[in-house]
Amino acid sequence: MNLLDKFLILDRRWVFLLMALAIIIPLLLNITLPFTPDKAVEAIYNELETLEPGTRVLVSCDYDPGSKPELQPFAVALFYYLFTHELSPVITCLWPGAPPLVESALLEVTAMLALDGRAAPLNHIDYVNLGYKQGAQFVMLSMGSDMRGTFPLDYTGTPIDEIPVMDGIENLNSFDLFVEISAGSAGTKEWVQTVQGRYDLRLAAACTAVMAPDCIPYLQANQLFGLAGGMKGSADFEKLVYDGTDYIGQATIGMNAQSFGHLVIIIFIILGNIAFFATREKR
Amino acid sequence: MDFTFLQSPTIIQISGWIMAILTLLIFSFLYKDNPFYKFAEHLFVGVSAGYGVVIVYNNVIVPNLVTPVMNGRAYYLIFGVLGVMMLFKLSRKLHWISRWPLAYVVGAFAGIQIIAYGQSDLITQIRATIQPLWVAGDPVATLSNWLIVFGVLAGILYFFFSKKQTGALGVVTKIGIWFLMISFGASFGYTVMGRISLAIGRFQDLLEFPVISTIVLLIIIAVLVVHTIMTREPVAEE
Repeated sequence: MNLLDKFLILDRRWVFLLMALAIIIPLLLNITLPFTPDKAVEAIYNELETLEPGTRVLVSCDYDPGSKPELQPFAVALFYYLFTHELSPVITCLWPGAPPLVESALLEVTAMLALDGRAAPLNHIDYVNLGYKQGAQFVMLSMGSDMRGTFPLDYTGTPIDEIPVMDGIENLNSFDLFVEISAGSAGTKEWVQTVQGRYDLRLAAACTAVMAPDCIPYLQANQLFGLAGGMKGSADFEKLVYDGTDYIGQATIGMNAQSFGHLVIIIFIILGNIAFFATREKR
Repeated sequence: MDFTFLQSPTIIQISGWIMAILTLLIFSFLYKDNPFYKFAEHLFVGVSAGYGVVIVYNNVIVPNLVTPVMNGRAYYLIFGVLGVMMLFKLSRKLHWISRWPLAYVVGAFAGIQIIAYGQSDLITQIRATIQPLWVAGDPVATLSNWLIVFGVLAGILYFFFSKKQTGALGVVTKIGIWFLMISFGASFGYTVMGRISLAIGRFQDLLEFPVISTIVLLIIIAVLVVHTIMTREPVAEE
């Protein structure tokens, strides 16, 4: 049995081990590879740059811990941008696992702002977390017509009428911008299908890599004005937001490991094909 | 709820231990199926189910049923009864009762989704494929539009089965298959990227607690070695 034959029956646990090393070593050694932000991510950043201070931005966090590595860095970078530019996020969640992640992201951003020497954002004044609501498309439709009726209380149980940042907010059209962070259904697809066209919303999305191919047609058709797909999308956004600061986001750090992981897969695919075709006649 | 207590050093250390133990127990499946992996898997299912029940009770049943009824809006009980009727799905004899609330859900959902889907995924998408095939001074846009228009037509023709796919039609449908294969490849590439991202996330969390993770890893390796030796089947003699 020659080397190629042995390669074809290689124990898959060696592949797992090599993949683990390809991920761990760049993380340990802080190996950095350059990357350029995607145009679809730049579109989100450029749109945020046009907003006046005090603008309220709807942020729907529809993900859970399973997709934290891909989407939490985007959420942290987005909140950091909003707070440093005096923009006010109004946060909703259609996934039950999302509210604790939102709180965690807000705590992380508060710590970053403290390092910058900035004041901590005030709940109900600078932002509000309206929490989780069950009902997916029904909630989206309800928000389109009556935001206050859909979320009568915020995450802390405070009545919506007592929350200053919600003054004048009646429905989805009350927001100048809507950023959706999504890990599946209900998420980007449902927001586009259910309310984007109906209420002519300026909608951008950050989604998991698995979802990105399904969302690209919406970008092509201008139903989304920007899209950040997977960890790469989050890293692109971090690069734009943290430019000129000392922060390096989690997704940016992860991208180096991502590149090495992809390299291992590419090498295995090439070697596997060489071994397969070279030994085909023998078999 | 105030979550600042989560930042206390003790809580962070405890969460580090729990995270490292459960992550590495799940990863132990990559070596082989074992009882420790099963323990972590069952724990995850149980915790998820428990969390789901609490969330649904507090976010659905209390605000949408209990509170309105307590405030005198008794007609909300109708929806509560419909919800209870759904549970009859579990009964072999009385499962037909669940069809009534199911019919209501299917009807309402179809009413919302058919129009929404038609608008967003059909009409708008068709409109987006109607592109100018010549963009003056921009050869890249011209090529891109040709690819979109031709790719859509070739892909759709592949699913036209009323004529044998031979001759010119056969050539176009073959190209349609290539377009489909490329889109499947792109989807697969994104999926691989997503899965590696998840692994990176776990490793990033583990590396935040390097000492704890190393201790847990060594213990799990030792336990797996012992378990493998103890459960090894004796080799039958020739």
